[in-house]
Amino acid sequence: MPMTTDTTPYSGENLPAGSPNPPSRPDPSAAAEKGQSLGREAWRRLKQNKAAMASLWLLVVIALACLIGPYLLPWGLAEVDWNAFNVAPTLEGGHFLGTDANGRDLLARTLYGGRVSLSVALVATLVSLVIGVLYGAIAGYAGGRTDNLMMRFVDIMYSLPFMFLVILLMVVFGRNIFLIYAAIGAVEWLDMARIVRGQTLGLKRREFVEAAHALGVSNRAIITRHMIPNAIGPVIIYVTLTVPKVILLESFLSFLGLGVQEPLTSWGVLISEGTDMMQSAPWMLLVPAVFLALTLFCLNFLGDGLRDALDPKTR
Amino acid sequence: MLSYILKRLLMAIPTLLIVITLSFFLMRIAPGGPFDGERQLPPEIEANLMAAYHLDEPLPMQYLRYMGNLLQGDFGPSFKYKDFSVTDLIAQGFPVSLELGFWAILLALAIGLPLGIIAALKRNTAVDYAVMGTALAGIAVPNFVIAPILALVFGVTLAWLPVGGWNGGAWQNMVLPVIALSIQQIAYIARMMRASMIEVLSSHFIRTARAKGLSESKVILRHALQPALLPVLSYLGPAIAGIITGSVVIEQIFGIPGIGRYFVQAALNRDYTLVMGTVVFYGALIVLLNLIVDLLYSVLDPQIRYDD
Amino acid sequence: MAFHRLTCRLLPALLILVVSSVAQGATLEIGNGAEPGTLDPQKVNGNWETRITRALFDRLIDYAPDGSLVPGLAESWRISDDGRTYRFKLRGAKWSDGVPITADDAVFALRRLLTPATANHNATLYYAIRNARKVNTGQADPSTLGVEAMDDRTLVVHLSEPTAYFLQALAMSEAAPLPEHALKAQGDDWTDPGRMVSSGAFTLDEWRPQERIRVIKNPHFYAAKDVSLDSVLFHPIEDAGSALNRFRTGALDIAYSSVPSSRFSWAKNNLGDALRVGPLVAQYFYMLNVREGQPLADKRIREALNLVVRRDVITRQILGMGQDASYWYVPRTTAGGARGEMAFADWSMDKRMARARQLMQAAGYGPDRPLDLTLRYNTLEDHKKIAVAVAAMWRELGVNVELINSEAAVHYSSVNQGQFQVARYGMMATVNDPYDFLNAYATGGSAHKSSGYQSDRYDALVEQSTWELDEAKRADLMTQAQQHLLDDYALLPLYDYVSVHLVSPTINGWQVTPTDVHPLRYITIED
Repeated sequence: MPMTTDTTPYSGENLPAGSPNPPSRPDPSAAAEKGQSLGREAWRRLKQNKAAMASLWLLVVIALACLIGPYLLPWGLAEVDWNAFNVAPTLEGGHFLGTDANGRDLLARTLYGGRVSLSVALVATLVSLVIGVLYGAIAGYAGGRTDNLMMRFVDIMYSLPFMFLVILLMVVFGRNIFLIYAAIGAVEWLDMARIVRGQTLGLKRREFVEAAHALGVSNRAIITRHMIPNAIGPVIIYVTLTVPKVILLESFLSFLGLGVQEPLTSWGVLISEGTDMMQSAPWMLLVPAVFLALTLFCLNFLGDGLRDALDPKTR
Repeated sequence: MLSYILKRLLMAIPTLLIVITLSFFLMRIAPGGPFDGERQLPPEIEANLMAAYHLDEPLPMQYLRYMGNLLQGDFGPSFKYKDFSVTDLIAQGFPVSLELGFWAILLALAIGLPLGIIAALKRNTAVDYAVMGTALAGIAVPNFVIAPILALVFGVTLAWLPVGGWNGGAWQNMVLPVIALSIQQIAYIARMMRASMIEVLSSHFIRTARAKGLSESKVILRHALQPALLPVLSYLGPAIAGIITGSVVIEQIFGIPGIGRYFVQAALNRDYTLVMGTVVFYGALIVLLNLIVDLLYSVLDPQIRYDD
Repeated sequence: MAFHRLTCRLLPALLILVVSSVAQGATLEIGNGAEPGTLDPQKVNGNWETRITRALFDRLIDYAPDGSLVPGLAESWRISDDGRTYRFKLRGAKWSDGVPITADDAVFALRRLLTPATANHNATLYYAIRNARKVNTGQADPSTLGVEAMDDRTLVVHLSEPTAYFLQALAMSEAAPLPEHALKAQGDDWTDPGRMVSSGAFTLDEWRPQERIRVIKNPHFYAAKDVSLDSVLFHPIEDAGSALNRFRTGALDIAYSSVPSSRFSWAKNNLGDALRVGPLVAQYFYMLNVREGQPLADKRIREALNLVVRRDVITRQILGMGQDASYWYVPRTTAGGARGEMAFADWSMDKRMARARQLMQAAGYGPDRPLDLTLRYNTLEDHKKIAVAVAAMWRELGVNVELINSEAAVHYSSVNQGQFQVARYGMMATVNDPYDFLNAYATGGSAHKSSGYQSDRYDALVEQSTWELDEAKRADLMTQAQQHLLDDYALLPLYDYVSVHLVSPTINGWQVTPTDVHPLRYITIED
């Protein structure tokens, strides 16, 4: 039975339940043979979903703002304006969204913080993706005893109080951004492994895989060329669900004081600083919170859109 | 069935062993010790303290001592809360966390399930968008922001409810923390219910049921609801775990005497025994909850049998 | 036992009937910062713990509402001319179970305090007692400690050296006489509610971990008729915002340390007369690692770093709670008269900047060869803000600062092991005397070990001042010692701490004190 200590669910349709006997789930292989055309078809369907497309564009805008924005602003990440502590949003002095308690420009810090939050989300998701996809594909493809053993291991891992282990890791190795990447990634790969394994089990019995086998294609090539590309749909959906989960996890660590080191910052750090100042300087909470909420909103809409677009059942 | 339960419980042993060993050594290699504080202790006094807690012994020896005591059900004394054993602290804090978590899950289900069903039935209408948009707002704002806002609005400004404290578990003290804990779960459950309901409604047997001329409400209540609930049920495990994590924040903000925050505090204070105690306890709890959810699953879904 | 519990509950009620002026059921609700680790007065450590243990256990010497020393369980005492013998006359008070408090209880407590197994954190404060160090390090039996009960009501303490602050040490929580009979009978569980026997104005009634501790009036307390409160509830509220909210709704009468700098100006505007701010005997400073091979071994760099820190920006713009910018080490509010300050204290900023640039250049650093420094602080919003500001000020001097934030355990272990360059440090006196501060930088002291600072002349001045009994001469010696330390720029002081508490205007008898002690027995609640 899937189990993690984090706060986000699996997508309903992709939930592998009741291991070691997963219940009947949609058969993704129906679409697998179509290969190329599946992608085009999904994109067409996605484009019809206005909410998802708007979200996609907004995400692009936010990401670009975080990447390029800091170079266009009058104030830097750690630059202190000695005449402007705790200043509300103003056009004077170039503090368009106000300053923080140290006289640093809030817009600049929010954009820099966005880089950290988004990169944590992307890298941690990537880590979980790589581990999870490889692990799941190997287990599913190998089958039999190997599969059984590997999945037992996943079951054991599911029972670890993972949030605690992440906190322990941060405590042991210090507040290091690379560690945050790795620690969160290491927590999230289990679901991914289960999903990919389920997909692979289904695909293994398809004719094109058996054909490849008969032609003497190596196991490795079958896994990387056939299995993984064909399991990609549910994986993409899962990624859009993991990214917001990771962003929230990072903000939770920041709230506990285990976030990135100054002068670096993240949306989580900024929000937890802002919560303190909620009454006297509400902009310190509002600015980063709006960025975070918008991003999470967009990611969720996009995820839903992708699910509808890629799920053969809803066609 | 019974042999399946036994098997699962046996599987918990290696799990817990890994948890214990991992956290024991992680904790010990962490820089800083339980007696590093603002006031630096003179070496004589630090030596006295180390000896009092057997911290002057070699690490493997300490590990064996800990495991030996654990087998006898003894988690040891807390380093920070010296007047209590770790067992005392968990025994006093867990019922509080449990009560809070129970109501939070119940509230999340009571609100989340109907919302999800309504959204599914009114798919792609204004109702659907409104419901799902609101649900998303619950996910998009961290609970350490929601909780102080709730306290400020309903506790201080409107003065309807106490802003904090437990007061022996009075319902007034529970309302705000339960709401703060359940908001995220409401959102997740609503989304999940909507998705699985949509899937079930488009399946063959529902179409067959409709073709038979059953009324729409009968179709939904008799045929669609039960299969649609399955994914939500299997989400309950993670949800409970999520509520445990969330309670770390909520207990701190509302001043609730649960065990959630013990873990974080203990890890930061290097209260070795308390960290171990909470980790072992949560590990065991999760194993147990997993098992219960799986058994419930087999009851609801006749396709699954655990008799291998 | 059951009978005793009953009397404990009944007697206060009876007293109320008799003394009609006392408000009925007067209960004080205190937001107390954190959950106590223990209520054993010899094992407590933080002020959230000693606040409770001092209410439960009276000491030979007690605090007045203003924090000064007054007779406690000892009604009088005599100090010999050589300052080495203290003779205390006990008052003949009773424990909360009615058993008389004897000099033997005081001897028992002091021996237990210095027994290694007790592992008391402040034991070194009592090393002046004859044989105390040997007992505490396990080289001598506790029975050899220089304390003796001449009779039931006479206690004599022999010191190996005259010690100016010794009476103050006896007012502290760990020096309280303990009920030998109860400890022997109950073992380690003697602090449990229902088992604890105490001597103070209150006794322990209930302890729900992380929820609340209730103490009720002790009918056997020698001044019980002057105690107005019937019970006091201590709520362990760690989140400052939560404590503030609960104070605002009236759920708390007193909220200790509930106003961080981020909420101070709001609290000042909205809670005016409830906000109680006053100087503390505590210093916020940056410890500098002056060991050989460290960049800060160079005194010129230490001076330059001190010069460019605009302390008024930190105290006014960042904290804004009325702290005094400090150019000294021993807080100004400390008794004992240690004075002295850094030479540049009244210079203009331009002059300070110019001098700092010169010094850096002389030390070999400049725009093309910047100095790289690390600055450590422990996790707390205010520490972070200050570190960020100081780093920005140093950057103007061409110093690149790397900030390292870690939780207290890691922070202090790095500091204690000398693994840092600059580290945030807070020093709060255990007794209202410069001794703690000055001794820390003397050879063998904690700051000496962490920072590597060593000066024979400084050591000699501190040692002399410890033994000097003439107040004026002692003040002069301590001033010289402090000036020596400041002229060496051994540290970077930032400000004298203030205490910030919220106290409801209906509470009388509560005063701001430099050691942050607020005896509950004098507090009354207005209707």
